[in-house]
Amino acid sequence: MLSLGSVGAKSTKPSFVSYVTPEVSFHAALYLRCEVEFCSANPILKYTQDDLSQRGVFGTLFCTNFRITFISDEKSQEETTKTFKNKLYGENDIPLMFVDHIYGVYDEKRKLITGALVKNKYPSKIIIHCKDLRVFQFCLTYTKEEDAKKIFQGIAHHCLEEKSLKCVFAFSYTGTPSPGTDISPCREMQRKRETILFDSPEDWTQEMKRTKANCRLVTENENFELSQRLPKYFVIPSALGDLFSYQGKGFPIWCWSHYSGCALFKASLPPVTQEDGDFQKHFDIMINAVAHNYLYSAKTEDLSESLPTIQDIQQSYNKFKQFFLIENSTDFWLSDMKWFSSLESSGWLDIIRQCLQKAVEVVECLEKDNTNVLITEEEGTDLCCVISSLVQIMLDPYYRTLMGFQSLVQKEWVAGCHAFLDRCNHLHQKDKECYSPVFLLFLECVWQLVQQHSPAFQFSETYLTVLSDSVHMPVFSTFLFNSAHHRESVLKAESPLAQSSPLSCPTVWDWSVQFDSKAQNYFFNPLYSEKVKHEKAVRKPHKLKHQRQLSLPSTAFKTPFKKGFFKDETDSLKKMLRVKRLSRWMGSPDSTAAISREFYESWQQRPLDYHGLLLPCLDGPAVRVWMQRYLRWIPEVHILGGGSVAVMTKLMELLSQVQDLKRVLEQRDSSQAAKPDHRPYIQHRLLSFGSSGRLPSSFPFAYSRNRSFKPIIPTGLMQCLMLTDSLASQEDEASSFVSLV
Amino acid sequence: MSLVEVEEANPVMASAPIAPYNSSPLGNSSSPNASRESLKMEPLADVAMLPGEERVIDKDIIYICPFNAAVKGKVFITNYRLYFKNTDSEMPVTLDVPLGVISRVEKMGGASSRGENSYGLEITCKDMRNLRFALKQEGHSRRDIFEIIFKYAFPLSHGMQLFAFLSQEKYEENGWNVYEAMEEYRRQGVPNSEWRVTFINKNYELCDTYPTILVVPYKATDEDLKRVATFRSRCRIPVLSWFHKENHAVITRCSQPLVGMSGKRNKDDERYLDLIREANGTTKLTIYDARPNVNAVANKATGGGYEGDDAYQNAELVFLDIHNIHVMRESLKKLKDIVYPNVEESHWLSSLESTHWLEHIKLVLSGAIQVADKVSSGSSVVVHCSDGWDRTAQLTSLSMLMLDSYYRTLRGFQVLLEKEWIGFGHKFASRIGHGDKNHADQDRSPIFVQFIDCVWQMTKQFPTAFEFNERLLVVILDHLYSCRFGTFLYNCESARESNNVRAKTVSLWSSVNSDTSLYINPFYTPESSRVLYPVASMRHLELWVTYYIRWNPRIQHQQQSPVEQRYKELLVLRDQYLKKLEELQLSDSTPSSTHLTNSSTPNAATPNQHITHLQTPF
Repeated sequence: MLSLGSVGAKSTKPSFVSYVTPEVSFHAALYLRCEVEFCSANPILKYTQDDLSQRGVFGTLFCTNFRITFISDEKSQEETTKTFKNKLYGENDIPLMFVDHIYGVYDEKRKLITGALVKNKYPSKIIIHCKDLRVFQFCLTYTKEEDAKKIFQGIAHHCLEEKSLKCVFAFSYTGTPSPGTDISPCREMQRKRETILFDSPEDWTQEMKRTKANCRLVTENENFELSQRLPKYFVIPSALGDLFSYQGKGFPIWCWSHYSGCALFKASLPPVTQEDGDFQKHFDIMINAVAHNYLYSAKTEDLSESLPTIQDIQQSYNKFKQFFLIENSTDFWLSDMKWFSSLESSGWLDIIRQCLQKAVEVVECLEKDNTNVLITEEEGTDLCCVISSLVQIMLDPYYRTLMGFQSLVQKEWVAGCHAFLDRCNHLHQKDKECYSPVFLLFLECVWQLVQQHSPAFQFSETYLTVLSDSVHMPVFSTFLFNSAHHRESVLKAESPLAQSSPLSCPTVWDWSVQFDSKAQNYFFNPLYSEKVKHEKAVRKPHKLKHQRQLSLPSTAFKTPFKKGFFKDETDSLKKMLRVKRLSRWMGSPDSTAAISREFYESWQQRPLDYHGLLLPCLDGPAVRVWMQRYLRWIPEVHILGGGSVAVMTKLMELLSQVQDLKRVLEQRDSSQAAKPDHRPYIQHRLLSFGSSGRLPSSFPFAYSRNRSFKPIIPTGLMQCLMLTDSLASQEDEASSFVSLV
Repeated sequence: MSLVEVEEANPVMASAPIAPYNSSPLGNSSSPNASRESLKMEPLADVAMLPGEERVIDKDIIYICPFNAAVKGKVFITNYRLYFKNTDSEMPVTLDVPLGVISRVEKMGGASSRGENSYGLEITCKDMRNLRFALKQEGHSRRDIFEIIFKYAFPLSHGMQLFAFLSQEKYEENGWNVYEAMEEYRRQGVPNSEWRVTFINKNYELCDTYPTILVVPYKATDEDLKRVATFRSRCRIPVLSWFHKENHAVITRCSQPLVGMSGKRNKDDERYLDLIREANGTTKLTIYDARPNVNAVANKATGGGYEGDDAYQNAELVFLDIHNIHVMRESLKKLKDIVYPNVEESHWLSSLESTHWLEHIKLVLSGAIQVADKVSSGSSVVVHCSDGWDRTAQLTSLSMLMLDSYYRTLRGFQVLLEKEWIGFGHKFASRIGHGDKNHADQDRSPIFVQFIDCVWQMTKQFPTAFEFNERLLVVILDHLYSCRFGTFLYNCESARESNNVRAKTVSLWSSVNSDTSLYINPFYTPESSRVLYPVASMRHLELWVTYYIRWNPRIQHQQQSPVEQRYKELLVLRDQYLKKLEELQLSDSTPSSTHLTNSSTPNAATPNQHITHLQTPF
């Protein structure tokens, strides 16, 4: 692999020398460290998406080991004026891992390009659908046949062919570590302000201490001797004995402890219905161990039984995203007609609802019944991660801070061995079975919570959108591996000096790699108000007694076995323990929905504490489309000077004024003698106040190009409401009365 | 503890921003927290009765709350409202329903059914809810209460007066003065050399459903107008609604031409439309027919029709495909079915789509966008539907809202409603059926509700462009039905005049303008020259949950949006800091003042001035 920084400049275009040469150095400057150009072509016409007449700009299309990039012949000033700009790629760049699908237009017919290419044939137009939902259209007919063929095949090859992990750009990029990315030795000092990576025993001990967990840290897997599928370090119920005796069988891994003492565990276990005596025995031991954690109570939930499979999730998302990959205005208005039923038919919002619903059920067990909960799943690293993370966000305000949230992702997903590489299909493997946007599903669920209870979160929806994009950024190690073992072995093997320390990749949490500090301001939610002082109070079990009484059943019930329902493990427990508590679910009303509705309603009646328990409303109108993520590139829906952006901007401006004033006052307080001249500073703020007047609703993502103030008028309106109803043809007024009284 | 408090828990009913009937929003003296003991002795004490309101009856009753179990309590009927308060539980459950919102009262069950509370009463309301009560059999209690509700809810069907005429409310401000037609036209820049004011209709002789003051092309004589009137349905001739100050393009409104099956023509009408076109030199006048093409054609059978190409050569005709009042009525009915009492769960989105409500909103909005776009590009337009009082009013007023920022202020919006809806004869009485028992009347239709919904959609898309807030819209809709104010009574100005509405009733604007702080949008940023084009895509249109589903306690009703709350907190904080800074600077001796004079603002304004300047930078 070439890793010379200057290569990009050297290999630019021989055939269009006169045209391109003056720009070469300019291009070279745009390249990232270690980026290598594969091929290029000029002139290529890039259609401008927000132009209804399908015009475009001419320029050069490049394909490098990092991205496909289009460099316009006309210089655009916009890139430079953006306040929210990704340092690694611009609006005309498509990092290779962002490419979702490529279509070729052959004789007006659109075809999906798969890896296998017909030699000597290339389309007149290529359409690239990106994972961040951008759509690019390039016309190849203006360029020389040879170049067109080369660029098309180059793009198709590098974006669609199965490749090895080694070829991912991150491994070229990491060669030279950049400042700020390495983890500094004085970690203890930064701990409070940094994302906890959960890659050291201390991180886990600290987390147990924070949640007052009464569990045991396992360090036996440090060298992955227990299992390669398990994290390096993890925490288990303290009642569980020697882990080596359970090798290969899966056991409960601690996620989080409720202040009452009960805790949430997750396990990779095959479905419990298995008629295997051995297995049943193992299962009982596991339940026993979980139950011992607090008050001999346990509930288990097999998520693979009650939630959609990862294939369902993938299929649903595939349908869903199509509604946002809009190529032209006609498509847009056509799809506008059946918008709601299309959304529903994808089932995506319903999957989000189901996950949130399940999380609420688990929360109810922990919060109301103070029961230990064990969620299981065959792999234990997909839906278990979704549900356990959601539960923790709902219950623990710490995870609603930016650092807390990032630590949670590290804990449950990264250290927790979610198979990011397979699930995101970074390597374009043809075996689609393992591809599934599970992590995105989690972010979607979090977004629902954020939009319903915005002041409870320190981070903004922009942060979530950027994070959802960053999953496909081939620069970070965070989302690149299938497990902790996988990460370690690959990083070790790829290390340039075999014997030295393993390769270090930046983590995605080092946001300075992608955004300057000004842009990072958009990650913070101006509505968030930090809890004042009594941080501890939230976790105090002051209401414990009362809640316990509430959840005690008045009579004993028998256990009905219900599908997709928490199963009370009393039967197996009774044999070996004194069962102290019974679930109130037994023999109670028909659907789980009805029960958790009651839980939701009683929560809803209490005054809302943004630093306390948070539950989502799951009624039809409440679960919504993540507009910012999905609609940001569609010019038809941009509202110039409108949308929530308009309000948020005003709020942020006021906030910065208030902060400035506060600073000025503080400075005056602290140093009466030497007063810094604060006036110009305030003035500066005041002047910039009006500048953001008319941002499009897609801000901070897409900017509308000097669009005239012409409105967008829907087309095809008539088709949308062909009412055959007899009412439609009726007269407004009965025609009999002609004159009015 | 299974009984969940109902309406009290629901902030909308309690002391919410958009609490319609509790006394708070409309600022009568309220004594909200009267103790329960005093309630027993003096019913209705916890809700202030309006001046002129009189108690008629009270009865023990059971309210069958759709959101949980039955609630025992007492119902009080006055000549204005139905008030229910529970007696059986700690959690207060109240209902406060103006009788005007009732569209239908029915008896359910009876002697044949079992149980002690089998005598039911079902009340269908115009504001997206139904109420069910159960009564004991003894003493004909149901019959009494049924008859009283029936009588007082439908006073006009019983030869009685609407409550608006009995109310003795007094406000400092007289809302009837909000709109003066001449003043408004002058604001627009009319009359001028192209447009004149005519008093031809001062006795409603030209057109009985039009206002007295009309603006017509300067060159059209009163005789012309009379002849044109013969060719327009119900004599509703094209008259000016709005004048574009810069390009002099106009929005004119009228009813359909009486073309009929034979394809009649009228030279006067044709010439008149050409005068409208000529006024600012528009090359082609655009006529927007709000109806779907087929309906316009079908109208020929009943004598109506549309402007044909041959007859009106300098005009282009565009159909906007908006459906009629019956379609809209059924659509809202379907919507009610999926949101009340419970929100349809399993197939929410497809159910919502099947009501077509938002699609109708989309069509109305995109029609208005087209009108506004045409006018701002300098071409004059004519807008009509069949009679020009439903769809036409929607289109003209929405496009005016897009074009003219004045109408986006609290006052301006009132003027817009007074002018385009009330003045030009939207048939409020027929569409709403005030005080009328005939609930199945085919003339009823939620056209005005639909318009307010469109306005709400615009305020959602442009949250900083409107001076008023959502609460104003909800209050307007509540009093559209309540019959407490005279504003929305009767079909047209002539009827209002003959019933002496201005003198005998109070205007809704009297109440609103007496406490404007309730209706002010804190994010409002005036931008006078800006045309607002909402995006009429289903992607952006959303169901107005806080209006249509507000009775459901499970739907979140935030007292105030967190953004708004935070913004107001910050404003307070900023003012505090500024005050402090000012004090510090005043108390400072010479050293700081020297540095002040060094600052870039000469004259060293006090920070306060500095900041007031900042409040309106746009």
